[in-house]
Amino acid sequence: MAADLITMDDLTNEEIEALLNDAEKLLPVAKGDVYLPLLQGKLLGNMFFEPSTRTRMSFETAMKRLGGNVVNLGALASSSVTKGETLFDTMKMVDGYCDVAVLRHPRQGAAQYAADACEIAIMNGGDGAGHHPTQTMLDLFTIRQAHGRLDLNVVMVGDLRYGRTVHSLSHALSRFGAHLTFIAPASLSMPEEIIEDLESCGASITVSEDLLSNLPTADVIYMTRIQKERFPDEDEYLKVAGIYKLSRSNLKDVKESMIIMHPLPRIDEIHPNVDNTPHARYFDQAFNGVVARMALLCRVFGVSVPEEVGE
Amino acid sequence: MSDEMRRVTAICNGSVIDHIPAGTALKVLRMLRISGKRSNPVSLVMNVPSSKFGAKDIIKVEDRELTQDELDRLSIIAPHASVAIIRNYSVAEKRTVEVQGEMVNVTKCTFSNCITQANREPQPHRMIVISVEPLQLRCHYCGRPQDMNSIIDNLL
Repeated sequence: MAADLITMDDLTNEEIEALLNDAEKLLPVAKGDVYLPLLQGKLLGNMFFEPSTRTRMSFETAMKRLGGNVVNLGALASSSVTKGETLFDTMKMVDGYCDVAVLRHPRQGAAQYAADACEIAIMNGGDGAGHHPTQTMLDLFTIRQAHGRLDLNVVMVGDLRYGRTVHSLSHALSRFGAHLTFIAPASLSMPEEIIEDLESCGASITVSEDLLSNLPTADVIYMTRIQKERFPDEDEYLKVAGIYKLSRSNLKDVKESMIIMHPLPRIDEIHPNVDNTPHARYFDQAFNGVVARMALLCRVFGVSVPEEVGE
Repeated sequence: MSDEMRRVTAICNGSVIDHIPAGTALKVLRMLRISGKRSNPVSLVMNVPSSKFGAKDIIKVEDRELTQDELDRLSIIAPHASVAIIRNYSVAEKRTVEVQGEMVNVTKCTFSNCITQANREPQPHRMIVISVEPLQLRCHYCGRPQDMNSIIDNLL
């Protein structure tokens, strides 16, 4: 099926804008104020080979709010994966059971691999340190919701090496004319091949290790967690754990309209005293995962979102 | 036939692979899955002078006609190689390596966390050719650019 979503390259700018518009229209459905069974009779396979809270739950919520249904791979310990089943065989089975599948896997390239194996559409829910395009859609939605546009100064902070959310988001934002500032310690800096890709597409990029000096000019601060599970060695993790922290006292000189985002979960990179400031958007961002994924699911099935969704 | 070609006896039938980068003939044999265990004779000369490249290797495989597909596998280490198909001591056909847009089951991805590195996954190893000169490859699945220095160790 042509509607696979593996990287943001699978969507044109026009498609992205149309999806963001659809997501906006679906807000009352996501909140439960309107029942709109556009996907009645359709079944989503939630294939999570790595832990997930938001991606898995928001896909499930999106599907059910649109009248569809969901089957889950469940805990890995209770599946045939522990018996040594290949990803290919597992996905062939899902191909028969479901109408669409979302896949999260610790290995990079798993989503493309699954898409090649399956007739049904595959949505990449995160493949190792690779891509996470459905997260990017909800991130773009959150930025556009706050600022009305995307050609902004977006500062990405933390684990830019292993953080797949920032890989996909930086590609997408650069296509919409954003200026990107990458803040990370040397050991977690944005991979060179991604910077080369972005620059070859004309992206405007600043690289720094200093968060505080970049706060006043930022329109968006995108914080990320230093991912312990991606480090081969705990000592290497401890060297950089907790390196960037944002608290209310850091926000005195920021723009009034600046928003703080985080794909969550957070550890200590955003202090809870930021939560009640007008800048904090990470919980709205998590909610927006439902509308963004609703719009993407409708795209998979070629279902148009009505102009008037109702109240 | 040049002086360099006469270092070994002319063959009656088979393939002569010329313009192999000096010192890489053994790797070429490995890529073509030609081992000493096969019955047909194989002659190999290394580091002979070449007007084009300074030095080169040459391989002669008797009683086996290499196909264009087999030759194209060599583009990773011998992009300028050519093959003469010999029939009854005469050159019947000449072929050169053509770099295709995609290489299937020629080499494994060099990135250790790529899905293709997982045990027993059955789908083919696929490399997208990003640039021909110099040769640059990217894994179809994980998208990583390949380390061209270590890719020779990953040949299939």
